[in-house]
Amino acid sequence: MAKFLVDNREIEADEGTILLQACLDHGIYIPNLCFVKGMDHPSASCRMCFVEVEGERQPVPSCTVKVKDGIVVKTDTPQVRQLQRTAFQLLMSVHDVDCANCPSNKKCELQRIAKFLKAPLKPRALEIYLKEPRIDESHPFLDYYPNRCVLCGRCVYTCGQRNAQSFLAFSKRGFNTVISFYGAADLSTLDCPNCHACVDVCPVGALVLKEPAKRTVPASSDLGLTPKPLEV
Amino acid sequence: MEQGLLTPEDEESLRQIASKIESYEKDRKNLIPILQMMQETAGYLPKEAIKMAAGYLGVAECEVYGVATFYNQFRFHPPGKHHIKVCMGTACAVKGGGIILENFERKLNIHAGETTPDREFSLERVACVGCCALAPVAVFGETNRGHLDQETVHGHMTPSAVEGLLDGIAIEKQMKERVLKRMEMEKQIEERVGNVDESDG
Repeated sequence: MAKFLVDNREIEADEGTILLQACLDHGIYIPNLCFVKGMDHPSASCRMCFVEVEGERQPVPSCTVKVKDGIVVKTDTPQVRQLQRTAFQLLMSVHDVDCANCPSNKKCELQRIAKFLKAPLKPRALEIYLKEPRIDESHPFLDYYPNRCVLCGRCVYTCGQRNAQSFLAFSKRGFNTVISFYGAADLSTLDCPNCHACVDVCPVGALVLKEPAKRTVPASSDLGLTPKPLEV
Repeated sequence: MEQGLLTPEDEESLRQIASKIESYEKDRKNLIPILQMMQETAGYLPKEAIKMAAGYLGVAECEVYGVATFYNQFRFHPPGKHHIKVCMGTACAVKGGGIILENFERKLNIHAGETTPDREFSLERVACVGCCALAPVAVFGETNRGHLDQETVHGHMTPSAVEGLLDGIAIEKQMKERVLKRMEMEKQIEERVGNVDESDG
């Protein structure tokens, strides 16, 4: 057990636990998007979970810090908030803010962060850049909305944990980066309608299950088949 | 990412790829070398090739696709007979390279990176081609079975020049076809005349 201070509160956690995880477990909220409980090597790609750790020259993403006895952590300093607001504004500059028509309205992680940081959902200083096409319907059971996606990679990680290989992957790059289902259209025996772990883990509403009527192929469970294991 | 049907040449390329792939060690680190070999052989990365690479290395197809789309060197559409590169380097971009590219896209009815269904034209957006004084620049390449034969640089491009160049190629093609047709007809006539002569004699 390691004892350490977070915002002047003493917390106990196993040595080596990820700091972000320990804070969340103790009810201390740190904005985060790309972290999934149980990750060994968080990608630290969302740049939201910054904290200040005494002894470090600058704020660090708390998902890359391991808990050690006696560390002193501050989650609410002006510098941390500045970094989080900037990261949030950049994320929102490529986001199609249309909450009223989004299935994750009111349970959206972005709305929560906006409220927490007291930041507007629409960035004022930045130009909005949206991707085309607005919906990727190539997957037999899922629809993907690139302009809602924050590219956190939770779905890619989760799918990879559930299956031998992830059926989702990042493709293209830069502003054009999207999650792609390439090849999934041929895997008609996929068990996506019953698993939908990627949909559940999405912090926004970027991945949505297709309505059964719109499925391009019947689900394996509809046909009484077992999902196809991937050859590795 | 739609692709046209495979031509007999493509199928031949895929057969070659299938035999060449055996020489690579089955290790993730060989993914990019394998993709490069595939593109070298087929001129582009057909869907079937991506599937083959994924199957060979035991990685998911979407992961192979993700890697391939990350790098600019890989194309997913076959190169057309006329490969058009439109420069979008700094000088060309400032001088309206974007308008030139848009004109090609509209005229050919394809996006940058794609190929017309008849495989006559393919369009590519490139960074600097090294002659900024001529901005905006387009480079026309003639390809032969996926490999570049010769390139012509067209400088100071304008929207009307786009139309002119494409019309020029269309006219040239028609003329070639006409010449071929005439030669064929002449040959037929000659044969017929010859037959008549023989029957007379």
